[in-house]
Amino acid sequence: MTDKLTPVAEEPIQADARSRELMASRPSSSFFKAVSAVVWKDVQAEVRSRELFSAMLVFSLLMILIFNFALELDVKTRQSVTAGVLWATFAFAGTLGLNRSMSIEKDRGCMDGLLLAPVDRSAIYFGKVISNLAFMLIVELIVLPVYSVLYNINLFIPGLLLVILLGSIGYVAVGTLLAAMSVQTRTRDILLPILLFPIIIPVLLAAVKASSGFLNGADMTEILPPLNLLIFYDIVFTAVAFMVFDSVVEE
Amino acid sequence: MITVKKLVKRFGLKTVLRGVNFSVQPGEFVALLGPNGAGKTTFLRILASLSRPTLGEVNVAGYLLPKEAAAVRARLGVVSHLPLLYGDLSAEENLRFYGRMYGIPNLESRITEVLEMVGLEHRRRDLTRTFSRGMQQRLAIGRAVLHDPDVMLFDEPYTGLDQDASTMLDDVLKTVAARGRTVVMTSHDLARAEDLATRFDILSRGVISASTTSRQLENSNLLAFYKQALAG
Repeated sequence: MTDKLTPVAEEPIQADARSRELMASRPSSSFFKAVSAVVWKDVQAEVRSRELFSAMLVFSLLMILIFNFALELDVKTRQSVTAGVLWATFAFAGTLGLNRSMSIEKDRGCMDGLLLAPVDRSAIYFGKVISNLAFMLIVELIVLPVYSVLYNINLFIPGLLLVILLGSIGYVAVGTLLAAMSVQTRTRDILLPILLFPIIIPVLLAAVKASSGFLNGADMTEILPPLNLLIFYDIVFTAVAFMVFDSVVEE
Repeated sequence: MITVKKLVKRFGLKTVLRGVNFSVQPGEFVALLGPNGAGKTTFLRILASLSRPTLGEVNVAGYLLPKEAAAVRARLGVVSHLPLLYGDLSAEENLRFYGRMYGIPNLESRITEVLEMVGLEHRRRDLTRTFSRGMQQRLAIGRAVLHDPDVMLFDEPYTGLDQDASTMLDDVLKTVAARGRTVVMTSHDLARAEDLATRFDILSRGVISASTTSRQLENSNLLAFYKQALAG
């Protein structure tokens, strides 16, 4: 039997020219096609299951309802707490959505399926960001009129809608990256908010301040600094996430 | 087709692979055998560009890892014990999604071809979460061959399959191998490995400790070889 144990070959690696020649051309997806494929897949799966969307929406509605009962305030005070209540609701509901979005990828090994595709891995990141942002914005669009009715405040101010859009972009840009990181751990549900909230504080502070400004009819000179901070944060953190996503998802 | 030289993989202080040397010729079907914790899955994940080697050289299909990972991934099909499929998408939607990610031309006709190959044409519009484990694994193979890869990696593909599903998977694997693809498969099922593979490498304690071929095994059996390799 011993003679059948063949020692492993130790010859040096040769440039595998034959293999290269055999497989010279291969189709590969473009960056934008890969991004749109990820978005299409997420939307299609969500339309079927409605797991992520319904969890975020129900949680958001419950939160504003609880705040409505807890804060029995006069109209003026209600106006001053609106920005804080709104952003606290969006932030907590967003965490639920981000966790769920990445759990779907991890549970059946689909993240490996995504990573095996011959595309720039940042395409996967941007695809997930776009679908997460779309789900978050839809939830926000439903929450806003409900909040307006419950608190008797008009929230459909163009400036406020812009702040919600910018704040959501910053939140999702960082949140998607951190969700991709935390989903690989056993304590992913707890880890994501612990990692996310300290990093997202600048976005939340700027968003609350800018939202308050628009709600209270403040001067643009007061609103511009937090608005600029939001834009700056969105650009910087999207760029950082774009650069590090590959390292985060690889073992 | 695959050349690995002095591959080392560490996770923190734990060294899983301790200088693996491994090479596979085009069209070969290699069964990578070994006990639990030997590093088989880690080794396959490195070949699949899902994990970075700590030290050593890895060349798959003429491209170096991790430097030319995208080129390797375009030529690679991977099947693991997890299906890598979305339960809320139908069989054809799963294949359509992966087809788009791979930029496959004439995708719809390719999807039909692949579904016919794995015997799931009649279930193409059904959600994969309604599929049995065996059907999911067949669709997983369909997903892995969709872009017509030259190299296929199978990581414990029989895990959780009943007898009928395993027999069906045998047929699909034989079809895959008959098309001249290079295959590396890890398995604990020595009988199946002996039936399918043309070469058998034993990965033990982080190195390839022994290697033999089906021709060399003619007058013996794989179990005896395996036991001796582990004892040595």
